[in-house]
Amino acid sequence: MTDWHSKTIKEMSIDLAKGEYSSEELTRHFLKRIEQHEPNLNSFISTFPEQAISLAQQSDEKRREGNSEPLLGIPIAHKDIFCTKGQRTTAGSNMLDNFISPYDATVVENLKTAGTINMGKANMDEFAMGSSNEHSAYGNTRNPWDLARVPGGSSGGSAAAVAAGLCAAATGTDTGGSIRQPAAFCGVTGLKPTYGRISRYGIIAFASSLDQAGPITRTAEDAAIMLEAMAGYDPKDSTSINQPVPSYSAKINDSIEGLKVGICKEYFTDGLDRNIEAAIQDAVKELEKLGAEISEVSLPNTKHAVPAYYVIAPAECSANLSRYDGVRFGHRCEDPADISDLIKRSRSEGFGEEVKSRIMVGTFALSAGYYDAYYRKAQQIRRLIKNDFLDAFKEVDLILGPTTPSPAFKIGEKSNDPVSMYLEDIYTISVNLAGLPAISLPAGMAQGLPVGMQLIGSHHSEAQLLNAAHQFQQQTDWHLKSPGLANAGTTEGKPL
Amino acid sequence: MKIDNEVILNIAELAQLEVKDEMISQYADKMTAMLNLIEEMQSVNTDNIEPVSNPLDAVQTMREDKVTEKDLRDEYQAIAPEVDSGLYLVPRVVE
Repeated sequence: MTDWHSKTIKEMSIDLAKGEYSSEELTRHFLKRIEQHEPNLNSFISTFPEQAISLAQQSDEKRREGNSEPLLGIPIAHKDIFCTKGQRTTAGSNMLDNFISPYDATVVENLKTAGTINMGKANMDEFAMGSSNEHSAYGNTRNPWDLARVPGGSSGGSAAAVAAGLCAAATGTDTGGSIRQPAAFCGVTGLKPTYGRISRYGIIAFASSLDQAGPITRTAEDAAIMLEAMAGYDPKDSTSINQPVPSYSAKINDSIEGLKVGICKEYFTDGLDRNIEAAIQDAVKELEKLGAEISEVSLPNTKHAVPAYYVIAPAECSANLSRYDGVRFGHRCEDPADISDLIKRSRSEGFGEEVKSRIMVGTFALSAGYYDAYYRKAQQIRRLIKNDFLDAFKEVDLILGPTTPSPAFKIGEKSNDPVSMYLEDIYTISVNLAGLPAISLPAGMAQGLPVGMQLIGSHHSEAQLLNAAHQFQQQTDWHLKSPGLANAGTTEGKPL
Repeated sequence: MKIDNEVILNIAELAQLEVKDEMISQYADKMTAMLNLIEEMQSVNTDNIEPVSNPLDAVQTMREDKVTEKDLRDEYQAIAPEVDSGLYLVPRVVE
């Protein structure tokens, strides 16, 4: 058994260029691992083995013709929220169980052009609503570090698949932490770029003013390579940023001597697990060794982020999900009595409970008489949160803190208490409200489970974030740790 | 704020969702819990604060008013539950 699956994209790319192995061999290796570990992990909703091999053969051919793009022949997975032409795209919902997308999302097209091999569609919380993958209509994904625990969510399948070495990288989306929190729980690197940096065209919408796609990878260097391919202006997305995409890899090796890093004091409160706090304090020392200047910053409105988010996100979701009416695509109920029965029953049968609850809350917040008290109020609080960050970035370059208040929790532990599940997102949500880029990096272990450190940058500062993250990963080896994976039918960990 | 059954039925109607009788009180409890979480916002002074709708405060860009997409009706209708001669079929609306 080779260890190709524990290599980074950067290393695979060098090996492929040298002819150490072909993309077809690499793809077959990952397919074998999927076959071996999927019964335990359930990180994919669909896989495309034959198509993947055929794409790999084509990329080997292109390489022989002299193509040497960094992502040529690299096997990846797409979160099942990205439309992939001719393939089922479910968003983790029964509503879209029969939905074969007639087009590719711009991200999918960009990564195809860059030469990646699409291995399959990763499992997720239904319509990206959840922090545990327990809200998937296709069964929950398990955390490769402990199969009794959740991988986080909503991009839980993507993070678990990368952590378990089932693909080299995966795409994710992040509305309130859905890339960073599962990356933290699974011990991988997850980047949420600035709002609008990556086109939302062809990504099944949840909350349009918050949604942003990004890569989940083993290292920050790989995230830079993926982001370069994924990002860019897209006329099909009116909120996409019309600015050139810089070379994120070019500055990654620069020294971070003199980089001003602010520790957000509001992130180190009572709710934070002590082992996570200790791991983050150690990580800060590593950054200091690299020459970073550490100071304290304050984001006083942090505590209002979760309430504001749980108005804005459901409100936008209730509007976005009104398109599912059983008429043009998606689930349609049997024998509708009339048009009203058709719409109501199709929606009620197609959506899961969490999605229905959020639609109800959003509908309430937008309904006559409540709009000002809830939606407008939440958007005003959003301004206060954004201003906190803008003030802090006058003093520091990056803000540092934990990604999550506790490590991966047990499956079922928070199912009956949605509010406590929502509070899991306390450190990630404000970043979406302010539209900022942020990255989660492995930064230690707590109770045998990975700890994520979050670095937050000012708008459009991805290059600086990735530079700091890469330098941290040159200094530490947390990102190199791999989970022990159990054999089918057991929960006992075995080294890879 | 306490959400009662009547409010639930009204919201369900607005959201075009069916709520079975036995589920009404469950929804009421869940929504009350969520609203209690949200209610905390009312303690924040937001006088004269401009709401944020786009996090970059960007303005909506407009494209030139010309046709750029080709006609994909057949491809889009291939995945529809019921179509006939290019039309989406639904139960009779007008008698």
